Amino acid sequence: MRIEGRVWLAGDNINTDLILPIQAYYLSVEEQPAWVFSANRPGWSDEVTPGDILVAGRNFGVGSSRPAARSLKNLGLACLLAESINGLFYRNAVNFAFPSLEAPGITGLFQEGETAEIDFDAAEINNPKRGERLTGTPMPPQLLRILKAGGIYPLLQSENLIR
Amino acid sequence: MPMTWKEAPMGMTAIEKILARNSGQDVVRPGDIVTTKVETAILFDNNFMATSWREILHVHDPEKVVVVFDHRAPASHVLSAQAHQTGREFVKRFGISRFHDIGFDQGISHALVADYGYGLPGTVLLCSDSHTCSAGVFNLAARGVGSPDMAYAVTKGETWFRVGETVRYELEGELRPGVSAKDVFLHLAGTYGDHATMNVEFSGPGLAGLSMNARRTLTTMSAELSVEFATFEPDDIMLDFVAARSDRAFAAVWPDEDATYADKRVVRLDQIEPLVALPDAVLNNSKPVGDIAGQAIDQAFIGSCANGTLDDLAIAARVLEGKRVHDGVRLLVTPATQNIYREALRLGYVQAIVDAGGVVTNATCGACGGGSLGVLGPGETCITASTRNFKGRMGDADARIYMASPATVAASALQGSIASPLEYFP
Ligand code: SF4
Repeated sequence: MRIEGRVWLAGDNINTDLILPIQAYYLSVEEQPAWVFSANRPGWSDEVTPGDILVAGRNFGVGSSRPAARSLKNLGLACLLAESINGLFYRNAVNFAFPSLEAPGITGLFQEGETAEIDFDAAEINNPKRGERLTGTPMPPQLLRILKAGGIYPLLQSENLIR
Repeated sequence: MPMTWKEAPMGMTAIEKILARNSGQDVVRPGDIVTTKVETAILFDNNFMATSWREILHVHDPEKVVVVFDHRAPASHVLSAQAHQTGREFVKRFGISRFHDIGFDQGISHALVADYGYGLPGTVLLCSDSHTCSAGVFNLAARGVGSPDMAYAVTKGETWFRVGETVRYELEGELRPGVSAKDVFLHLAGTYGDHATMNVEFSGPGLAGLSMNARRTLTTMSAELSVEFATFEPDDIMLDFVAARSDRAFAAVWPDEDATYADKRVVRLDQIEPLVALPDAVLNNSKPVGDIAGQAIDQAFIGSCANGTLDDLAIAARVLEGKRVHDGVRLLVTPATQNIYREALRLGYVQAIVDAGGVVTNATCGACGGGSLGVLGPGETCITASTRNFKGRMGDADARIYMASPATVAASALQGSIASPLEYFP
């Protein structure tokens, strides 16, 4: 899987309340993405264009089990690259098919607005402008299969376990 | 001569052994992906919300499922009332016997796990609330997952985990009066920051002086350390606690003496002081209460899965007894389960809190999740003994949330501003 897109930067400890605030929790799935980062970066969700890439610091997605990964996916982001990712967020990312990679050192590789080239399966990340690259932690094959199947729900649906 | 793993001086941590046992393997190591059976799967009202719910057509084993209404209980608006309806239909359709509807045995899922002995040592427990690591106090692999994971576990009876490295905390000594497990957590969060992708294991002679409630505050708050799993080494206090509440069989797990840890850290309980986390973040954000004493507050909250225990209500009652909450301050106290509520009534804690001007609500998540019973308005300041102080967590994004122990919150409610609790514990 190859992904290429414009980079946005986020800091350390970006929590699920910033991604999917409680007010948005009651709205429809389609309305939720507009609320991403409304508390810490108002207006940002309007600037994101489909295919953009989010590059974050340590402990991305700490917080609740709410489907924050789904909001980032539905906002149009193609990929998350972070120094480290909260385990619960990571599960939701796999399960909602939002490509996410841990890549220690990633925050030093990009400035906002630069382009990232990613070989997702190999976790190879390239900044073509600087000619610098870095290899992150590849997603384990078992989880990559779920991601590529479109997440858990399509899988369970195909087995008639959910509707 | 090459050694096999059995001869190699490399045992497993408690959580590694639990994951190995439940995935049918002799050994697991950090970095492995394991598939385990799920002994206990807990669904709560948010799972049944229209924006999350996918209708489940098959339940692997109804005996392994628990259904709880806690986040908005009783229903706070039509959406949550509909979620409760959907939940009741699910319970009926699949004959779920362990169901906690609004009423006698209502409460927050993690506290009900303790009350009813749902957390069996050595097993795997899942719930789609992030503070599910709470049940790790019973020496099991408990973690919060998302709704899709719950659908998978409930329909297939299994789940996957990424095995992480473990940090071992050895607790020594005893807490001073007026200092509690919440302060220990604030010390860990303030000193060590996040533990993303890692587990924590609590042990050491200091355990003996910590009640099951105090220990559970630590495992519950470990969600804020971003852990994969939090576990306690078993002892008789814990094993007796579970045996008194469950008739199901279980086998606890001790870590191997030669287990490999990412780090071992000693925590001197007698040196912990009352701490407060400043607004918007829990990690690397703790200050001694004296540093911010005098900060005015509008609301004070004691409750949640971490701090709605009987011990917490006892501390609140002790601080508040015979006094009055400061003018202009709203003190809200929310027991974590109706069992705790009844016991607090019987022991006179509710009387003491209400006579002081506190409002005691029914058992629910309430103000903790910003969903009902104490939502904050723009610009307001709250001090909370609950689990999170993220920006916007308890209502408006411009509200400021300080986090502390129940003793510090009660003392602050009396003072009208953030205050040390130590004078109430001479
Ligand atoms: S009390 Fe708070 S942290 Fe605990 S389950 Fe409820 S909302 Fe989550």
